[in-house]
Amino acid sequence: MNAQLQPTGSAYFIAKETERPENHTLSVLVDNEPGVLARVIGLFSGRGYNIESLTVSETEHEKHLSRITIVTRGTPHVLEQIKHQLERIVPVHRVVDLTVLAGELGQDRPMERELALVKVAGTGDHRVEALRLAEAFRANVIDANTEHFIFEITGKVSKIEQFIAIMKPLGLVEVCRTGVAAMNRGPQGM
Amino acid sequence: MSNGQNETGRREMSGAEMVVQALKDNGVKHLFGYPGGAVLPIYDELFQQDDVEHILVRHEQGAGHAAEGYARSTGKAGVVLVTSGPGATNMVTPLQDALSDSIPLVCITGQAPTMLIGTDAFQECDTVGITRPCTKHNWLVKDVNDLARILHEAFHVATTGRPGPVVVDVPKDVQFAKGIYTPPQTAPRTSYQPKVQGDLEKIKAAVALMAEAKKPIIYSGGGVINSGPEASHLLRELVDLTGFPITSTLMGLGAYPASGKNWLGMLGMHGSYESNMAMHDCDVMICIGARFDDRITGRLNAFSPNSKKIHIDIDPSSINKNVRADVPIIGDVGRVLEDMVRLWRATAKTDKKALYPWWEQIAKWRARDSLAFKPNNDVIMPQHAIQRLYELTKHLDTYITTEVGQHQMWAAQHFHFDKPNHWMTSGGLGTMGYGLPAALGVQIAHRDSLVIDIAGDASVQMTMQEMSTAVQYEAPIKIFILNNQYMGMVRQWQQLLHGNRLSHSYTEAMPDFVKLAEAYGGHGIRCEKPGDLDDAIKEMISVKKPVIFDCRVAALANCFPMIPSGKAHNEMLLPDEATDEAVANAIDAKGRELV
Repeated sequence: MNAQLQPTGSAYFIAKETERPENHTLSVLVDNEPGVLARVIGLFSGRGYNIESLTVSETEHEKHLSRITIVTRGTPHVLEQIKHQLERIVPVHRVVDLTVLAGELGQDRPMERELALVKVAGTGDHRVEALRLAEAFRANVIDANTEHFIFEITGKVSKIEQFIAIMKPLGLVEVCRTGVAAMNRGPQGM
Repeated sequence: MSNGQNETGRREMSGAEMVVQALKDNGVKHLFGYPGGAVLPIYDELFQQDDVEHILVRHEQGAGHAAEGYARSTGKAGVVLVTSGPGATNMVTPLQDALSDSIPLVCITGQAPTMLIGTDAFQECDTVGITRPCTKHNWLVKDVNDLARILHEAFHVATTGRPGPVVVDVPKDVQFAKGIYTPPQTAPRTSYQPKVQGDLEKIKAAVALMAEAKKPIIYSGGGVINSGPEASHLLRELVDLTGFPITSTLMGLGAYPASGKNWLGMLGMHGSYESNMAMHDCDVMICIGARFDDRITGRLNAFSPNSKKIHIDIDPSSINKNVRADVPIIGDVGRVLEDMVRLWRATAKTDKKALYPWWEQIAKWRARDSLAFKPNNDVIMPQHAIQRLYELTKHLDTYITTEVGQHQMWAAQHFHFDKPNHWMTSGGLGTMGYGLPAALGVQIAHRDSLVIDIAGDASVQMTMQEMSTAVQYEAPIKIFILNNQYMGMVRQWQQLLHGNRLSHSYTEAMPDFVKLAEAYGGHGIRCEKPGDLDDAIKEMISVKKPVIFDCRVAALANCFPMIPSGKAHNEMLLPDEATDEAVANAIDAKGRELV
């Protein structure tokens, strides 16, 4: 009996999860109307999904379409559910799992970039060192006086994490990050 | 244009007029509601017309469940009108109930005027925020010129695809404001395009799999009912063509007739032994409009371990949610069954002999007689009461609603349904108090039919106030209470899980239901002896006004068979094996954590 046991990972039965969780980046095209972001976020909190990063802005003004980029973490089974549950939301036009699509296109992963503003305050050697490192990271100075800099840095998440870590001992004051914006390589759109 | 109207039906009117006009244009005949400050302009418009009949309930929750009963028994959207604040929050339970069971509801709520939204105004609440997770979609209307379009869209979203509840929140100033009304249009919004036609290649693959099956089973659900009468008809045709056995979920009862020869009875936690054993041992499972709910599957990692699974569902998120489908088919059940029946006729030859061994095995399980109970000449056994109710009403056009608990499961097991849309019960959410208002809604839609709420003494007290509504509208609903003075299913679980410590599951003070019926202006009947039961039921049927039937049943009867939590289909607890000791040890430590 029960020769072929296949745990399915339902919330109901506490079965061992055999699949490993992965980070995936989803692009969600939605009508830009009141409450649409609340619907998306409410879905994630209500069903116990993770949000690692989220960005949203209107991308096609004449059609009032916004593009939401969500980095989420889950097993392949949960990720499939997230996609289908998002598609059930009435103002959602399309959901593309960019990570899956990158795999189908024979690519490692989608193009992902983040922008951060990093404020560093200090004088003397620390200040010189901060500016030198910023140049090495190709960060721009967008505001400064004799006691501080605000750096603007764009790049992969790992690069930004590294930059922030390096700035910590040099007088890091505050950080503001946009979250990940992403699309796939190649000529086609989502 | 001098009178403000042109050929396309565009016309200037107030927001409140638009609401009533949109109801008419969407074919609404009945509306369940309760007035209040924030919907008075709409009530004023209702007062001045006769096309839409308003049913005044006693509590907004009653309006919601009545609309659900109305929707479930007619296949049309149920419509509710309530005020802001408490009116809206009282609707939350029916909205979630309708979402869980895929019932089309359109709920219009009043709201504080737009300039007061956000100021904690009197009877203001964040209605769209509160109802967002318990609706299919909702809208706050801030401009009267959007109102007509949104109302039409609300009906479209509620009734198409996987049906569900929607809320349209209309601030009071929008109800007074003048704007242009536009009639319903055929072009829906581009982001909402439910897929109704199944993928033909997948359906071919399913038919091929079915043709090779040695131990097949059809497992159908509420989706067949929701798809409309034609889907039930096609389901029957498919069963006849293939000769496959069929079982159904609680929500799907009636799609295939209980009198049909291939019927195995309901499956799941309190389903029949033969249906659950057949599910466990089958080699091909055809799931039609059902969603592998935890009450159906039992322990998931032991669920039907050796079968290929075909899953037909209109909602892509139902596929692979709990159970992996080998052949997923996304589409409306009716459309998919049409293709499936056609392909089966064209390609597959039914070899009914090949199914003989399977039917022989099923006959052995059936012989176990899992729904049997010990008859009693002194006290009324609840199962016996349902059986007599069925026998005495089956020749009539009878609609059954239920509350939630043991009586609900006994009704599902012992009342037999031969037609779809005649069985209304709260399946997914399990809402005690659903049945009485639902019966009211069914009776409003079917004036001359017999509508019975099979109730429990605890559940029925949650929405008893709607008796008053039934009396007001001369809706002769019959409330058949299996009165054991316990919250029977709670007690049963306390016996199973908590060492028979019956914490707060006994109702020491019970109203006199006969006097209660009379106080409301209805008719009360009490029956305590099995010998009096038939006459009492006949009296209930013959009385042409609302009846409360206080059927005093064996207090400690429990509902079997049962798949205890955390167990598989082939580990059922059968009635003759359910000794006190077996009951006490039926659920292990892991199962205790489950619901």
